[in-house]
Amino acid sequence: MPASTSVVNKVSFKAVFLANRVLLLKITIHLMSLLPLLALYVLAFDDQLGADPVKEVIHFTGMGAFNLLLISLLITPIAKKYRQGYLLQTRRLLGLYSFTYALCHLLSFLAFEVQFDLELFLNEIIDRPYITVGMAALIILFSLAITSLASLKRKMGKNWQKLHNWVYLALLLIALHFFWSVKSDIVEPAIYFIIAILLLSQRKDKIKRWFK
Amino acid sequence: MLIKTKKNYQLSEQQVTDESVYHARRKVLKQLGFLGAGSLLTQSASASPLDFFSSKKEVVFQRQALSFQQAKPNSQILTPEAKVTSHNNFYEFGTSKGDPLENAQEFKVNPWQLSISGEVDKPYTLGYDDLFNSFALEERIYRLRCVEAWSMVIPWVGFPLADLIKKAAPNSRAKYVAFETLYDPEQMPGQKSRRIGGGVQYPYVEGLRIDEAMNPLTLMSVGLYGKTLPAQNGAPIRLVVPWKYGFKSIKSIVGIKLVEHEPPTTWNRLADNEYGFYANVNPEVDHPRWSQASERRITTGGLLARNRIATLPFNGYGEEVAHMYKNMDLRKYY
Repeated sequence: MPASTSVVNKVSFKAVFLANRVLLLKITIHLMSLLPLLALYVLAFDDQLGADPVKEVIHFTGMGAFNLLLISLLITPIAKKYRQGYLLQTRRLLGLYSFTYALCHLLSFLAFEVQFDLELFLNEIIDRPYITVGMAALIILFSLAITSLASLKRKMGKNWQKLHNWVYLALLLIALHFFWSVKSDIVEPAIYFIIAILLLSQRKDKIKRWFK
Repeated sequence: MLIKTKKNYQLSEQQVTDESVYHARRKVLKQLGFLGAGSLLTQSASASPLDFFSSKKEVVFQRQALSFQQAKPNSQILTPEAKVTSHNNFYEFGTSKGDPLENAQEFKVNPWQLSISGEVDKPYTLGYDDLFNSFALEERIYRLRCVEAWSMVIPWVGFPLADLIKKAAPNSRAKYVAFETLYDPEQMPGQKSRRIGGGVQYPYVEGLRIDEAMNPLTLMSVGLYGKTLPAQNGAPIRLVVPWKYGFKSIKSIVGIKLVEHEPPTTWNRLADNEYGFYANVNPEVDHPRWSQASERRITTGGLLARNRIATLPFNGYGEEVAHMYKNMDLRKYY
């Protein structure tokens, strides 16, 4: 009797897990994206984040946005290769968190770096090429985030996919933004650039079709 | 009822971060998570997720108290010592601001040799103890303006570079002074690996015109906050030129050579459209990638500190130094 119950339990546990794996993945993504962001701001407000918390916050949110975007673009190739279609359901959440981090990146620059000197803020966006391309990427991510609403997606029909293909341009702009922002230590941005190109090469057939 | 308002410079005990917590902040961040948090690469060569399990004890670089003439009280708010010693551009020990603190703890400064040579009648060499005994030490509270548009206020201890040069009796061909940092890849990981050292050509070199070098403001620093320099701030001896961007103030110097022609300088060599030989602090001339009109003064207060202030010509030392550049186009000689 006890043996058979445990078998039943095992099976049902696995079934419950399989039935809810998307939900579990989403909860994990929420926790791993939100908690670091919260901790970052709490530590920074309290001056517990090194000598220059402003710089730490701007770097952390910028790299976070880039990493999350790379992970979101890694999902499709992985899901295809290992035939795990359910993974595709996490792409929207990862994309939205990438946008959230990018927005925090820009707002922290405005609030803590230039400290609401709007003239300086606008001049920096216009005059500094690396900030201009970063801003362009953020505008793309913004339009993708807004149109991620299911109702809008339905309304947009074919145009939705067209718009969302712009994510590849955003990826390249972000890689360039990072590359341009460093003083001389180009190894890390170069590796990121290579990762971005590898992810794009996974979609080379799709991209080739646009140019035909 | 007595209502006591605190000035922002009056810190209370609870605001002081325990040193061990302060030093662990990078580790804390790294452990927070990997999605948003961790970059795909580890930030520094020595860091690995396994560090968490090893109980490696941090070796702390030894600093000694110095005797010197104290600076007059000054109305400027100093940058706290913990920040001065944890936010460093010293690419020989890594390119992140916290890397030098982490990687320079085992740096050996004694014995040390600093040679003064070139166009001089009496070349000489200073050993480690000579750095502290040969010239009268005094404290100078200077603003340090980094080319990256942040600044600090630091109480240095040192002696005028002019004293050191005069002792060598320069001849009439001595028009410039060339400085060189120690080259020791065994001790300085950034010199060994391009990835850690940011692609800079080592040894780091810097230079001044002879009148700049002889200016009374130009300091050879051997200490800060009353003690010998921490390794990450350029121990055992560094230059401090307060009216120029921080990268001119070369660290851990082993050679000072008086020369006839303008010597090469590290950052100029790396990007001459961004970093000139003179590198005087100048709000009128922007760095190609960011404005130099204002700066963030690093003191205390966290994210909400309203610390953006206007940058002053020559970092506010124009009275003492502007005369040296009066016939020069400072847009051309940036």
